[in-house]
Amino acid sequence: MSISTPATDPILSAEAIAARKPGPFSLAGKSIVTPILLVLILLAIAIVTMMIGSKPFNQVIIDLFVRVILVVGLYVFIGNSGVMSFGQIGFTCLGAYVAAWLTINPVMKKMSLPGLPDFILKTKMEYWQAAIFATIFAAIAALIFGRILMRLSGIAASIATFAMLAMINTIYSNWDRVTGATSSVVGIPIVRSIWPYFTAAAIVIFIAWLHAISRAGLALRAARDEPTAAAASGIDIPKQRLIAFVISGAIMGAGGALTAHSIGVVTPDNFYLSLTFVTLSMLVVGGMGSLTGSVLGVVILSALIQGLRFLEAGVPVGGSMLALPKGLQEIALGIIMIVILVLRPSGLFGNRELTLNRNRSE
Amino acid sequence: MLQIVFDALSLGSLYALGALGIALIFGVMRLVNFAHGDVIAFSIFALLWPSTDAMAIVFAGNLPWFLLIPFVLAVGAGLSVLCEIVVFRRFRNTNPATMMIASFALGFVIRYFLLMLYSSRPKSISLLPVLSQPVEILGARLPLLQLITIIVTIAILFGLVIFLRRTRFGLEMRAAAENFSMARMLGVRANRVIMGAFALSGALAGAIALIFGIQTGTADIQMGAAVMLMAFISTVIGGLGSLAGAVLAGFLLGAASVVMQVILPVDARPFRDAFVYGAVILVLLFRPQGLIAARGTKERV
Repeated sequence: MSISTPATDPILSAEAIAARKPGPFSLAGKSIVTPILLVLILLAIAIVTMMIGSKPFNQVIIDLFVRVILVVGLYVFIGNSGVMSFGQIGFTCLGAYVAAWLTINPVMKKMSLPGLPDFILKTKMEYWQAAIFATIFAAIAALIFGRILMRLSGIAASIATFAMLAMINTIYSNWDRVTGATSSVVGIPIVRSIWPYFTAAAIVIFIAWLHAISRAGLALRAARDEPTAAAASGIDIPKQRLIAFVISGAIMGAGGALTAHSIGVVTPDNFYLSLTFVTLSMLVVGGMGSLTGSVLGVVILSALIQGLRFLEAGVPVGGSMLALPKGLQEIALGIIMIVILVLRPSGLFGNRELTLNRNRSE
Repeated sequence: MLQIVFDALSLGSLYALGALGIALIFGVMRLVNFAHGDVIAFSIFALLWPSTDAMAIVFAGNLPWFLLIPFVLAVGAGLSVLCEIVVFRRFRNTNPATMMIASFALGFVIRYFLLMLYSSRPKSISLLPVLSQPVEILGARLPLLQLITIIVTIAILFGLVIFLRRTRFGLEMRAAAENFSMARMLGVRANRVIMGAFALSGALAGAIALIFGIQTGTADIQMGAAVMLMAFISTVIGGLGSLAGAVLAGFLLGAASVVMQVILPVDARPFRDAFVYGAVILVLLFRPQGLIAARGTKERV
């Protein structure tokens, strides 16, 4: 029979404590490999696209980079907080319309969107300036909505974000003097080079990484995994969620501006349930809890969607064209999403990140 | 005035029926079923022969009413049970967020399946045209359908209350909603109860599809989405898992929509739904647990 003695903490000398304490940038040093590797993968894709030089393919890769921005934006909030949000695409809608307002030729604007305030009607900005304003506008909107929504949790929070998306969509679909209602707003300058999109995606990946290793990001993930313990340790959960929500909203807004410049037209329904579904499926398939998962989820599913589109357009077999019926692409996406959720609920990458050290499991 | 009351009641009936379908399933398996709206759309399309032409080829829609109504209800129930067997059964022990995403994906699969068969254009159908005739009650001219919608909804609600309170199956379902694992230990068969809940919910979806189809005279693959969102909101406001709360909140939302339609200035009327959604978020702030909090859904530490 042994007498269990309570484990007493050895009294440590000041030096020993100092030695145990991680250095100021140790976490950054350990984890910076992940965003660098991810950006390198995207860079490789961009260079290959340049070498191929085909116009349709160029557009496909631009779409891919825009999706990377959007899905990383989703990851910042959903991945870190564990709160399912169906509303982030609403901020994309806001950002896209800001870009449209600021970049369309003033003469055209007066005709199609006469309800805009005078100073906006007169401005004509470069696309990147407009994108910055779009980001700020979306961030402010996220701050306002977030102040209210972040006090909710669980399923009520998810449904409330859905209501927010529907609210934004209803407003933008009906405010015809400012948003052109459901008709398309045309005349947005189209940017055809892939580099602005690549740069934005790279910046967004680094922002997401910085947030994830910051005090706020760590606190938020702690709250996701152990809400009670985190709250007991003094973490203000609504505040940490709000920080992530605003960063996510800003990223979604930037993504919206770039979406507008990649296709040149915007309608409110571009930024509604279908886009929510596609981006969420990319996040879920890749793995909600990991930055690597969200980026590679986009790459994998984009490749798949492209393949299905190719088949929907029809391939010549023998003398006749064999085309898959329209809609199959979404059906396939949905089925893949469900299968992944059944087999690997945390996605292909789970909580793991891409690193050089292969044996490290976290 | 009477017109407003009837408008509110009939819109509220639709929302309440939708909310009930979602709350039934949530009660037994904590699943927020995003596919519910697409079950509604599917039920109405089952009346048409698959074709991508603009003209609808009516197939089962020509049945006499006493066959037509059971047919649509059965389609809804069948599809709903099929969803349970094929998909949701594999998610029994996962967390609600995962199930929610899965149902979102399933809803898309059903919607695009319809799109593949019928194309995305709305199709006009005329079902039971007798019901579109107006009737005069106390000085207000109302479409007969509105009256029937309200009466049918009230009948369904009473039927459901009797079913849940007086039959053994209803008792099992209520027990399962309150504490699922305890109910199982006491001999309630999980699969049977869950399938029953899905069948009931699907039949309710069929009922909504019928009312909606007759009211608008069109079949549209998007039509489930609008009702579904309001139905969701009703279930959350009513208190997730509480059937009475869901019905009450459904009627409240219907009333709020109609009242806003009347009192808002003309310029703001197109934004009615935005105001309703905003009001919903405010209600959730003050009562995050819903108007009638269900027992057993409180967050425990």
